[in-house]
Amino acid sequence: GVGLAGIVKPADAKEGLGPNTWEEITSYNNYYEFGTRKDDPAKYAHTLVTEPWSVKIDGLVDRPGEYDFKDILSEMTIEERIYRFRCVEAWSMVIPWNGFELADLLNMAGVQDGAKFVAFETAYRPDEMPGLQYPVLEWPYREGLRLDEAMHPLTLIATGIYGKTIPNQNGAPLRLVVPWKYGFKSIKSIVRITLTDTQPPTSWNMAGPREYGFYSNVNPNVDHPRWSQASERPIGGGLFAKREPTLMLNGYEEEVASLYEGMDLAANY
Amino acid sequence: MELGAGTFISRLNSALRRIPIWSLYALGALYPAWLLYLGATGGLGVEPIEALEHRLGKRALQLLIFGLAISPMRRHLGLNLLKFRRAIGVLAFAYVCLHLLVWLVLDVQIPSQIWADIVKRPYITVGMAAFLLMLPLAVTSNNWSVRSLGPRWRKLHRLVYPAAVLAALHYVMLVKGFQIEPLIYLLIMSGLLVLRLPIPILLTRLRRADSA
Repeated sequence: GVGLAGIVKPADAKEGLGPNTWEEITSYNNYYEFGTRKDDPAKYAHTLVTEPWSVKIDGLVDRPGEYDFKDILSEMTIEERIYRFRCVEAWSMVIPWNGFELADLLNMAGVQDGAKFVAFETAYRPDEMPGLQYPVLEWPYREGLRLDEAMHPLTLIATGIYGKTIPNQNGAPLRLVVPWKYGFKSIKSIVRITLTDTQPPTSWNMAGPREYGFYSNVNPNVDHPRWSQASERPIGGGLFAKREPTLMLNGYEEEVASLYEGMDLAANY
Repeated sequence: MELGAGTFISRLNSALRRIPIWSLYALGALYPAWLLYLGATGGLGVEPIEALEHRLGKRALQLLIFGLAISPMRRHLGLNLLKFRRAIGVLAFAYVCLHLLVWLVLDVQIPSQIWADIVKRPYITVGMAAFLLMLPLAVTSNNWSVRSLGPRWRKLHRLVYPAAVLAALHYVMLVKGFQIEPLIYLLIMSGLLVLRLPIPILLTRLRRADSA
């Protein structure tokens, strides 16, 4: 029941988006801390202890510290946001998240003038996360955003799905959701948020800089070196699911294209 | 102990002699049908296309490993599975074909993108090369070809070695991040090929030279 207080009207929901089912959203996940198979997170993530939970907010902020998740929630307004979710592996879902804007959280901590980037870190708990014994990535999982991306009203911290507490396999108790970027940017089970003046290192970028850029904006015109990003397979269509064309910035071009004005999105992939 | 193991193997060998080869083909044909049934009824999860593609590919790799293990198992353990080897190779090829078919028809769907992928994506190029190397082997896996090709048949069928290594490499090249499982497949595949090098003969000669 955490994170469900005061669900506000659906905001920014795209017209005509039929959300995926609860089962689809919670049984097909990439969360390598629990294994690399799609069904591993649903099988093994129950071992993650999410209560109590706190988030360390540090770096260039006025009020650094260890913030208790319950205290954060009491300050935030939870709303429902139905977003497209496009994985870098070329599949997609539509997910009705519940959460609050990341900007509200950052403002709570007080962003200082010199801050240009936001770095995020996932929990690192070998006893609770069996996948950590394999060096698939350099742990803990790290992600980052430019400050203007982080402050954008579409950028969400999700705490629920379908009005229910977010399941562990989807990144409980709180995760980032940046709907115009590939899914791996939307880091799960956040324990640390650092405001910095330099671009932070990010896990997939460290593992394969040629394949995963810092920006990782959904872009049908820029292929992953190993596969095309021009189309995607919506999850839920069964054996004969039709591929659909991938939309520029995952369909949020109108809202976020201005963030990248004058930037070469092929060079800054 | 030696004797015990020996009797066990010879009992196993005579039991294996009683298993008809057609039963292997029947089992091999049931598996994809079972997968398709699972895929159509939700048994493969919410993304059955990827599951079907990956399971068929992995099963083909496992059959290749099994097929390549037969002659070392006979040489080093005395276990005789030779009569099943051709069926295992044919099944491996059948699974590769189905794997390819799922990729073409259910996964990529767009014909113009298929050729682009083959040329542009190294892991697909490598997988396709493995398939092409297996093609002449499948075509000549009948008694008539064995007879008419004579000693050339054995030579031709050595193509399975590069095909198997390329197939394992195809798996290594497609995963994200550093993953152990595909590397284990590649290691086993390479190990099975190393066993075929004349190293044991060289070693015995060395030992003889030493003791002399």
